[in-house]
Amino acid sequence: MNYFLTEEQKMIQDLARKAAQELVAPVAAELDEKEEFPREILKQLAQMDLFAVFYPIEYGGLGGGVFANCLVTEQLARACGGVAVSYAATGLGGTPILLMGSEEQKQKYLPLLARGEKIGAFALTEADAGSDAGNMRTTAKKDGDYYVLNGTKQWITNGGEADLYTVVALTDPSRGVRGATAFIVEAGTPGFTYGKKEKKMGIRSSATRELVFQDCRVPKENVIGREGMGFIAALKTLDMTRPGVGAQALGIAQGAFDHALKYSAERQQFGQAIINFQAIGHMLADMATQIEAARLLVYATARTIDSGAKEYGKEASMAKLFASDVAMRVTTDAVQVAGGYGYMRDFPLEKYMRDAKITQIYEGTNQIQRNSIAAALAKEARRA
Amino acid sequence: MSLNIVVLVKQVPDTSEVRMDPVRGTLIREGVPSIVNPFDVFAIEAGLALRDAYGGKVTLLSMGPSQAGAALREGISMGADDAVLISDRAFAGSDTLATSYALATAVKKIGQNAGAGVDLILAGRQAIDGDTAQVGPGVAEQLGMPSITCVSKIESLSQNGTGPNLRLRRMLEDGYQVVEVGLPAVLSVVKDINKPRLPSLRGMMKSKTYNLPTWTAADIAADTTLCGLSGSATRVKRIFSPEKRARGETLEGGAAEQAKTLVQRLRDSGFSI
Amino acid sequence: MSADSANSASATNATSAVIATNKNIWVFGEQENGRLALSVLELLGEGRRLVDVANAVNAGQKLALVLIGTSADIEPLAAEGIAHGADLVYVCAHPELAVFQDEPYAAVLTHLCRTERPAVLLAGATLIGRALAPRVAARLRVGLTADCTELGIDPENGSLLQTRPAFGGNVMATIVSSDRRPQMATVRPRVMVPLVRDAARKGEVVKINLGGLDFSTRAKVKEVVRELSQGPALDEAEIIVSGGRGLGDPKNFALIRELAEVLGGAVGASRAAVDAGWIPYPHQVGQTGRTVRPKLYIAVGISGAIQHLAGMRGSDVIVAINKDASAPIFDVATYGLVGDLFEIVPAMIAELKAGRAAS
Repeated sequence: MNYFLTEEQKMIQDLARKAAQELVAPVAAELDEKEEFPREILKQLAQMDLFAVFYPIEYGGLGGGVFANCLVTEQLARACGGVAVSYAATGLGGTPILLMGSEEQKQKYLPLLARGEKIGAFALTEADAGSDAGNMRTTAKKDGDYYVLNGTKQWITNGGEADLYTVVALTDPSRGVRGATAFIVEAGTPGFTYGKKEKKMGIRSSATRELVFQDCRVPKENVIGREGMGFIAALKTLDMTRPGVGAQALGIAQGAFDHALKYSAERQQFGQAIINFQAIGHMLADMATQIEAARLLVYATARTIDSGAKEYGKEASMAKLFASDVAMRVTTDAVQVAGGYGYMRDFPLEKYMRDAKITQIYEGTNQIQRNSIAAALAKEARRA
Repeated sequence: MSLNIVVLVKQVPDTSEVRMDPVRGTLIREGVPSIVNPFDVFAIEAGLALRDAYGGKVTLLSMGPSQAGAALREGISMGADDAVLISDRAFAGSDTLATSYALATAVKKIGQNAGAGVDLILAGRQAIDGDTAQVGPGVAEQLGMPSITCVSKIESLSQNGTGPNLRLRRMLEDGYQVVEVGLPAVLSVVKDINKPRLPSLRGMMKSKTYNLPTWTAADIAADTTLCGLSGSATRVKRIFSPEKRARGETLEGGAAEQAKTLVQRLRDSGFSI
Repeated sequence: MSADSANSASATNATSAVIATNKNIWVFGEQENGRLALSVLELLGEGRRLVDVANAVNAGQKLALVLIGTSADIEPLAAEGIAHGADLVYVCAHPELAVFQDEPYAAVLTHLCRTERPAVLLAGATLIGRALAPRVAARLRVGLTADCTELGIDPENGSLLQTRPAFGGNVMATIVSSDRRPQMATVRPRVMVPLVRDAARKGEVVKINLGGLDFSTRAKVKEVVRELSQGPALDEAEIIVSGGRGLGDPKNFALIRELAEVLGGAVGASRAAVDAGWIPYPHQVGQTGRTVRPKLYIAVGISGAIQHLAGMRGSDVIVAINKDASAPIFDVATYGLVGDLFEIVPAMIAELKAGRAAS
C-alpha cells in the first residue's frame, strides 16, 4: 500500500521502527514481566528526536504534528504497547499547553517536552469520574496568587514517572464541568504525592498511578487558558490525541500479525506449513485486511487534524474505535493461529492480546466513542 | 575542557557475504552490501559521549572512494559534528602502513584547521574485512602519540598540570589494565566500551544535506611516494578459498548414547580427557 | 596541545635496508613477570623450521629471540629460549621496561632492528604483539602482516610468505613484504608447534646496551586486574566450551562452566549470550569478539551465525550440540549432536567422569 508519506515522514517511520526493533523488542517481555517503566528507552527516544516530531518548530519541535506522532506510536506499539503508551502519554500531557496555553507557558514547557528532557502526563480521570468526567471531585481553590488543589486523580498514565502534569480540577464546583480549570503541576510541588501504582492486565511496562493533591499550591501562572476552560481543554486535547490511541492499537495489531504470519509459515503440521491450510489462511487474510483499513482511517484522521481542520471529533473517535476493535480481534486471532504456543508466556503473542484490550477502554471507552459518533451524526442530520 | 576528537571510520563489505570466485580466484564483491565497520560505531559513540560530557567537537575521518562517504554520513546522523573523506587515486592499493600515513597526515590537517590541534583520535579495534588492528597504532606512531589498543572503558577525564588526562581500561586476554594517558593519544576500542546510540532525526536530516569535504593527497600535502601502492610495504601474492570443512558425523541415539559416542571418538583421536 | 607539535619525524628518518645485508629470523619474546608467553615457544618452533628452509636459499641465518624487560625477569629466560630452538638471544634489560608499554618497547625493538638488521621479525598475534608490531613497522616503514596462520619461505628468493584469513575467514591471502626489511608478521597463537624442550641445545646470549634510548611515554599502566574466573585464557586454551542463546537463561552457564572444568578448558560464548548480559564480553567468540583456534571447540546451544563461525572455524575438532538439526553450526562440526543440551551435556559430564574413575 502506498501511504504517500513524505521523505521526512518515511525517515521518522524508519527511525521509529529501528528504535522499536533494537531498543524495545529485546526487552519487551522483561519489562512486561517486571512491570518496569521504560525510562532508559524513553531517554534514547528523546536523543533520537522522536519526542520532537509532534511539536511545532517554534517550540523546539520538528513540526510533524499528529501524524508524525502516530507514525512513531504505531512503530513502538508493534514491539510493545506499554512503551508506546508511555511515549504517547507524554504528548498527551503537552497537548493542552499546545492547544490552550499562553505563549509564556508554551515557551517554557514545550521545548522541554520536545527534547524529551521532561516527561508529561495528563490527569482527568477520578474514581467516580470515568466516562462521566463531569463528576470529578478534585478542587482548586484560589488563594491570592495561588490555587490550592485537593483531591485524587486515578489511573494516570506516566503517574509517578512524569515531570509535568496537566491536571483538571474544579475551581467552581457549583458550575460542574463549566467550573473546571486545567493546571500545569510540576512533580515535586509540595502537597503533590503519588498513590498506589496499579497492577494491570496489559501495557504493564507503563506506569499507571494515583495522583494525590493535599493543599497543593500551584501558582496562578500555571492555569492553562482561563478559569472554567478546563473541560473544553480536556475535550479538545482528547480529540487531538485519540488518533494516537488508534495508532497504538494499530501497532499492536501489526506486531501480533507479524508474529502470527511468521509462525504460520514455519509451523509444520500434517506435513506442511499451516499457512497453507485455508482455515489459517483466511484468518490471516481477514487480519491483514482489517489492519490496512484501520491504518488508512488512522492516517487519514491524523492528516485531517494536521491540515488545520476545525472539527474532527467524530473522525478521531472513529479512528480510535475502529483501530482498537481491530487490535482486539487481530490479537485474539493471532493467539489462535499459534495455538498452544500463542497462549504461552514464553512466546510474545499473549502479551499483544493483553496489551490490545486497554485500547478499547482508555481515552474514552469504545461505547463512549460510539455515543460521540452518533451524537455527531444526529447533529449533521439536524443541519441537513 | 573542550576536546577536538577525530574518529577513524572505515567502510567495509559485509564480510559474511564475501566469497571467492573459485575459477578466477578473485573476490566476488558484486552485490555485497557495504557497512560501517562495526567496531568503528563503538569508536564514534565513544567520541560523541566524550563530547557530550566535556564539550568539543567530533570529526569523522575516512579514506576511500567517494562511496565511502555513506559511512561518514551514517556517523553524522548519529551526531558527529563534521566528517572528512580523503580520496585520491594516489591512495589506491594502500596497505596498513600507507593507510596509517595518509590518515595521520589528514589528522594533522584537521588539527591545523582547528588551530589548536587534535586532542584525541579514536578508532575501532580492527576492521572486519582485514582484521589487522594495525592502523590505530600505526597512526599513533606516525603522529608520535601514545596508542592504547583494546580500550574497553573510559573511566574519567581529568585535567592535570600537563593537560587533559584520560583514565581508561584496556582489555587483556584474562582481565584488564587500568591506564592513564596524557592527551593527545590514539585509542582503539572494543565492543564492550559502550552501547552505540541510534541516529537522531536531526542528525539524519543533517547527513542528507551535509556537504562532505573530500580531500586529495595534494590537499593534505601528502608525500605520494608514501601513499597507495608505492607507500605500501606489503603486497598480496595470492588469494584462495580456505579449505572447506566437510560436514562431519551426526551422532546417533539418545542423549546418553550420543554423549558416550562423542567421548569415545574424542579419546580415540588423542584427547586425554 | 597539538598533534602537530608531537614528534612525527620518526617516519622519515627510518632506514630501509636492502635485502642482502639483512639476515636472521627474530622472534619477539613476549613475557610477563619472567614467564614466556606460550606463543613465543610456538614461534621459536616455527622459526626453527623457517630458518632451516631459508638457509637453503641464503645460508648462515640464525633464529634469534628478543627479550625485553628487567634483567631479573628476562635473563633466566635466555636459556629457556635456546632450549626451545633459538641460536641467539638478545637481552634488552632496563629497570624502566618492567611492564609492557607500547612506546618504550617499540623504541627498543626499533633500535635493535636498525643496528642488527634482521630479515624477519615475528611476534605473537596477542594483545601485546598486535599493539607493538604496528608501531615498530610504522617506525621502520616496513611491511607487517597481521594474525598469520601459516608461514613459509619462497624457495626462489627466500622471502617470507605470510598467509592469513581475511573477510571473516571466507578468504585466505598470502602476503609478501616489499624489499624493505625486516619482514614483519604477527602469528595467531595455537597454530604453530613448539619444539620439544632440549636443555642441551647451544646458543649465544647478547646483552644489548640501551643507553641513550628514550623510554618516555604519556601512557602509564596504573593497575592490572585479572578477571577470567577460572581455567586457561581463551586465546591459549586447547579446549573451549562455548554457550549460546540455546541455554535460555544465564543460570544455565553453570552447565557450560562445569563441562569446561571437567575438560580443563576455557569458557566461551556467542554474541547473543554476551549481548543478553549472560556472560561478560571477554568471553565472546566471533567477529566482534575473539578469534580462537583450539584443538577442541564445543558449541552448546549456538546456532552458528556466520559471525560466530568466523571466530572459531579454524579449530581442529568442532563439536556442535543443538536441538535444531538445520542449525548452520552443524555444517562445520566434526561431530554433531542433535538434541536437548540439558540432557546431552550432563550425560557428557557423567561419561567423562565415569571414564576417568574407571581408568
